[in-house]
Amino acid sequence: MTAPLLIADAVTKRFDHTFALDAATLNIARAESVALVGESGAGKSTLLRCFNRLIEPESGTVSVRGEDVRSVDPILLRRSIGYVPQESGLLPHWSVLRNVSVVPWLAGNAQAEQLGRDSLNLVGLDPKRFAARRPRELSGGQRQRAALARALAARPDIVLLDEPFGALDAITRADLQATFHRLQRELSLTAVLVTHDLREAFDLGDRVVVMRAGRVEQAAAPAELLASPATPYVAELLDRARMRER
Amino acid sequence: MTRRYLAVLALSLFLTGGSAPRPIVVASKPFGESYLLAEMFAQLLEARGFPVERRLGLGATELAFQALRTGAIDLYPEYTGTGLTAILHEPPRPDPREAFNRVATEFASRWGIRWLPPLGFENTYAIAVRRETADRYRLRTLSDLARAGGELTAGLTPDFIGRPDGLPGIGRAYGIAFKAVRALGPAVKYQALAAGKVDVIDGYATDGFIARYDLIVLQDDRRFFPPYQAAALVGPRLPREAPAAVLALEELSGRLSESTMRQLNRRVEVDNEPVAAVASDALAELGLVVQGGAGKPASATEERTSAGRTPANRESLGTYFLTQAPTLARLTVRHLLLVAVSLAAAVLVALPLGLLLERTRQAAETTIRAVGVLQTIPGIALLAFMIPLLGIGVVPALVALFLYSLYPILRNTYTGVRNADPDAVNAAVAIGMRPVQVLRHVRLPLAAPVIMAGIRTAAVINVGTATLAAFIGAGGLGDPIVAGLSLSDSRMILSGAIPAALLALAVDGALGVVEWAVKTNR
Repeated sequence: MTAPLLIADAVTKRFDHTFALDAATLNIARAESVALVGESGAGKSTLLRCFNRLIEPESGTVSVRGEDVRSVDPILLRRSIGYVPQESGLLPHWSVLRNVSVVPWLAGNAQAEQLGRDSLNLVGLDPKRFAARRPRELSGGQRQRAALARALAARPDIVLLDEPFGALDAITRADLQATFHRLQRELSLTAVLVTHDLREAFDLGDRVVVMRAGRVEQAAAPAELLASPATPYVAELLDRARMRER
Repeated sequence: MTRRYLAVLALSLFLTGGSAPRPIVVASKPFGESYLLAEMFAQLLEARGFPVERRLGLGATELAFQALRTGAIDLYPEYTGTGLTAILHEPPRPDPREAFNRVATEFASRWGIRWLPPLGFENTYAIAVRRETADRYRLRTLSDLARAGGELTAGLTPDFIGRPDGLPGIGRAYGIAFKAVRALGPAVKYQALAAGKVDVIDGYATDGFIARYDLIVLQDDRRFFPPYQAAALVGPRLPREAPAAVLALEELSGRLSESTMRQLNRRVEVDNEPVAAVASDALAELGLVVQGGAGKPASATEERTSAGRTPANRESLGTYFLTQAPTLARLTVRHLLLVAVSLAAAVLVALPLGLLLERTRQAAETTIRAVGVLQTIPGIALLAFMIPLLGIGVVPALVALFLYSLYPILRNTYTGVRNADPDAVNAAVAIGMRPVQVLRHVRLPLAAPVIMAGIRTAAVINVGTATLAAFIGAGGLGDPIVAGLSLSDSRMILSGAIPAALLALAVDGALGVVEWAVKTNR
């Protein structure tokens, strides 16, 4: 196995004296899909945001593609990593196509618009129908698809997703999960997904990472997690989600 | 920096031709007699070949004197009693000659300002009541008023209420105390008295309205009111630059009696005859100017004194507006220029400042509140503060209007940019926009409607406030309002107020269209 593509090594971060991350450590391999789960305040989103320097840790090291992120221009780092937030975050005054093409456009890529169209096709939004629309003219599911298309337009090898499907109804969510799962495999994406939904984590993650109070409680493949929870907390979490009954 | 920029901008906009000899700037305070005397000065100077610029109705004593002292104007009519008490802050002197000598000496040594020999009449304060009030309370003298004052409501000019030789003075000298005192503008006090809204007013001995409303002037039986001899008050530059002009003005000294003045005032204040016509008749009767001859002042009917152009009283409002159309068009253009220049400058300052404050949020609230305090200064007061710094005319008016426009634009820019859709802003940062790109592509366009709304608010406030600019001689639609208030001419007031209101609506509408375009087309 080659060196991990994403490394968080003993990363600590406090907000107002409370530990959001408390020496959290996690390695993620190329083309691996990792789902971060845990209660609110466990540090999932904070850890996610360390990878594209939206958050700067107080101590510990974060590396991306073998480089300490502190040595990389954060702007260029962010443009090289796809990002999908919970609320699409599409700019309301821009067309869907302009939104989706924004990352290559920021990088000065002359093909930005074509990349945007390709990306819309990837996520199943027909550019002919959707390119010229404003975000408010899309449904919630279509908006999240567009947000996914925006994250993929510059063809990044890494995607960070912060509860991307959390606000959707069950059927729409299942559709989007399927789309994402297919793309992650086809494009060999290294994906970090924050979710509240344990079932989603099991479906989409090659590994599931249980976080608690800023620390990684257990990181394991779904089957292994079910078979041997490392701590009573993990076991209880699985019980509560009724994961072990299936 | 801003002030200098504004000054240059204003100068280049409003000043034309620097080669002509500097006109003599003649000003007046905002009441009929002051207008009339100033207009007579102006016409006399023009007849003797001097170019004249009129700044009639400039402002009350404080404003007019400041303007004279700083050289913004060259002369205006003043009264010895006012000079003694309101300007020198000395106790009144009962002897007219003594009073004149005192002000003449002091003004010359302190400021190099000259009192020309008095015009001949005295216009001291007159306390007036309706005839029926005088009958009911048996009032003939101010001593009688001391007895009945507790049952009477006084409507007094703010000037009189505050001056030591006004209300506080008669309070001490006669023990007069009223049931209530209301502050009334000079323009409305006679109507208020005639309509029974108040029982006692202060006026001037030569007011034309005293005869018009059959009022009783109470006798100053203890000779409290100091002498108020009228004279031309001349700034330091005129004797130096144009001594012949001073000689020309002295031709009027000693020529105007009280009865002459009362008649002239009545024609202006009661019959609403044009000030220019009354002044020209008066000069002709005195044999100083040949009427209709070569000496006839061409600019007397031109210039900014719309006061001087009131047509006869009988015309309807519509006809009046028609005859005034060219003047009103000119004033509207000037008004729009004042608004446009000051508003543009405010946008240029407040918009970047609002964006800057968004980056340094700790300082933001303090800064915005400080600018907000400017908003609480009354317009007239702000303009008065401007005079020692910037003189009178267009520049201080622009600065004042600029300051008034800052707050709504600054507040809305900051709030709009700060509260821009947080999801969009966070996502823009996360996908790798630089801070300046986040501002340019996300915060600013999302805040644009809010910012436009702020500019719109500022514009409407600005159009209204700009009417006050007339008080410091900046022109605009405030001119007929100020002149109309001084001359009790409601048509004249409306001829400024109605276009100003329409202008505010038009500006609001036009910016509304811009706002809509910005909203739909970011």
